[in-house]
Amino acid sequence: MSVQTWTYLLVGITFALYIGIAIWSRASSTKEFYVAGGGVSPLANGMATAADWMSAASFISMAGIIAFAGYDGSVYLMGWTGGYVLLALLLAPYLRKFGKFTVPDFIGDRYYSNTARIVAVVCALLVSFTYVAGQMRGVGVVFSRFLEVDINTGVIIGMVIVLFYAVLGGMKGITYTQVAQYCVLIFAFMVPAIFISIQMTGNPIPQLGMGSALNDGSGLYLLEKLNGLSTELGFAEYTSGSKDLIDVFAITLALMVGTAGLPHVIVRFFTVKRVKDARKSAGLALLLIAILYTTAPAVAVFARTNMINTVSEQEYGKMPEWFKNWEETGLLSFEDKNADGKIQYVADAAINELTVDRDIMVLANPEIADLPAWVIALVAAGGLAAALSTAAGLLLVISSSVSHDLIKKVFVPTISEKGELWAARGAATVAVVIAGYFGINPPGFVAAVVALAFGLAAASFFPAIVLGIFYKRMNKEGAIAGMVVGILLMLFYMLKFKFGIFDGGKEAVAGLQADWWFGISPEGFGSVAMIVNFLVSIVVMQFTPSPPHHVQEIVEDIRIPSDAGAAVDH
Amino acid sequence: MSEKQQKATAYWKENLRYLIILLLIWFMVSYGAGILFKEALDSIQIGGFKLGFWFAQQGSIYVFVILIFVYVRLMNKLDKKYGYDE
Repeated sequence: MSVQTWTYLLVGITFALYIGIAIWSRASSTKEFYVAGGGVSPLANGMATAADWMSAASFISMAGIIAFAGYDGSVYLMGWTGGYVLLALLLAPYLRKFGKFTVPDFIGDRYYSNTARIVAVVCALLVSFTYVAGQMRGVGVVFSRFLEVDINTGVIIGMVIVLFYAVLGGMKGITYTQVAQYCVLIFAFMVPAIFISIQMTGNPIPQLGMGSALNDGSGLYLLEKLNGLSTELGFAEYTSGSKDLIDVFAITLALMVGTAGLPHVIVRFFTVKRVKDARKSAGLALLLIAILYTTAPAVAVFARTNMINTVSEQEYGKMPEWFKNWEETGLLSFEDKNADGKIQYVADAAINELTVDRDIMVLANPEIADLPAWVIALVAAGGLAAALSTAAGLLLVISSSVSHDLIKKVFVPTISEKGELWAARGAATVAVVIAGYFGINPPGFVAAVVALAFGLAAASFFPAIVLGIFYKRMNKEGAIAGMVVGILLMLFYMLKFKFGIFDGGKEAVAGLQADWWFGISPEGFGSVAMIVNFLVSIVVMQFTPSPPHHVQEIVEDIRIPSDAGAAVDH
Repeated sequence: MSEKQQKATAYWKENLRYLIILLLIWFMVSYGAGILFKEALDSIQIGGFKLGFWFAQQGSIYVFVILIFVYVRLMNKLDKKYGYDE
């Protein structure tokens, strides 16, 4: 069977599975819609959290980014896993004990203020929309490459599927489809990695293969070989970085704190039964995520070495099939600058003839390594599972922010249970359409905006929630001032140094690097904005009244794990 | 302070002590071994891995997972000790 037949088959089967689960687990109350009824087992929640978290970026892009960045790519590996330690130790158990439906719920109640609630809703919407647009785009790319449909058709198919199970099933439908999606995506990621690890090093465990000697009789370690190849072609040594220490530090911190502050991840911990389940499922989630995250750097090393070996100084006319396929998508291009018919792939931009989009590394890897057709198709199904599961989780945050936090809590408190459920479904539908629009007409700055999402989450939610739990005396004035200053500072820095809007547009961005504050890039600035948020909150608090007595009691109560009860309907 | 409150305060203090210790380890494996002392650790080679690079791309993640499970164990014990378990 051809790759395409296999792809239709595997994608068809997995989609049918997701729809089947959605019909079986549709939501009939707001509690089921928002938190899956509050009775999800720790393991199921761990799997769902892992699928929720691992997006098209983790599955498709991350290993590719690392393949080209080498050691500098470590910021993503540590940043996107270390955040779970913060989440498990500082947030999840207490938010579960608090026992409401959304993150703005916590902010609004803990800071006894609808202003705080609305600030939180705005942050949640901003973060989630920027994120979901990227997912839809990922769906489109996979469809266009493997099923040879138009990118836009791919996006629309993705929209319909997500719409179906998110709108029908709410959190309950999403949770159980995510469990299935985790299985699909992890299998799809591991199978080619194991194959290639055996091929290159003889070791079936990619995490060990990465540090093993090559199979080709040279006796060289794989990483030594790659370091040699890299420096030979003028790139930085793979295992050393080229970024400044302070920037690596700042980006890692911003990603960790941003991860812990992302609302679609936090809400997953509202769905388990007890506080101890919330702790345990955070551990399971990270364990399941770590399987992919420790394999990705191995995949990066394999892919990079394989690619250099396949293309460097080889004749263009003799390139394998995959090379031509990817050229057609425009994500790979060759320009014979010195007209010798061979591919010069080097660091020097003036001589380099090959441009490779980093996003194709994971998708093309099985083809580069010449693996069987079904493995290649499996990767396509895995990429779709990763993108769809994250999109669904984000859509739920968007719809509950509107139906629960805005309509029910602020504008129409008298709305009936049934009315709220329909408002939630309506909001989810509108959100899917908007997300689809951005998937079809991506703003040229999707990647930049996703980095902004982490910065925003780090600069807004994380300090407000941590202070809300660990600092009883923190009041609404302090928290609101901190969130507003944190977000505005982050936005200002991004607009100035990422988009260059104060200095004449995108062309000016590169020239501004010398002006970075403390030498920290916009990607890492979330850590600075977070610290500023903490400081502003604490200073403002000193000059404003203490929170009322009943709020201090709430804080004392969430610190004690027993009597968590189910998520309360209110 | 009532007895109930005293119990809650004592529980919270022990919890905070665990958090400080665990977060210290969290910081040392990632920001310490993986970033600040990466260069120095790279002079040690284990198999094909330079140690600092290994911490940044592998080791820190393993330690993160272990940390959360240690935390789960410690807290379950603590809950029992104070009668907060269900």
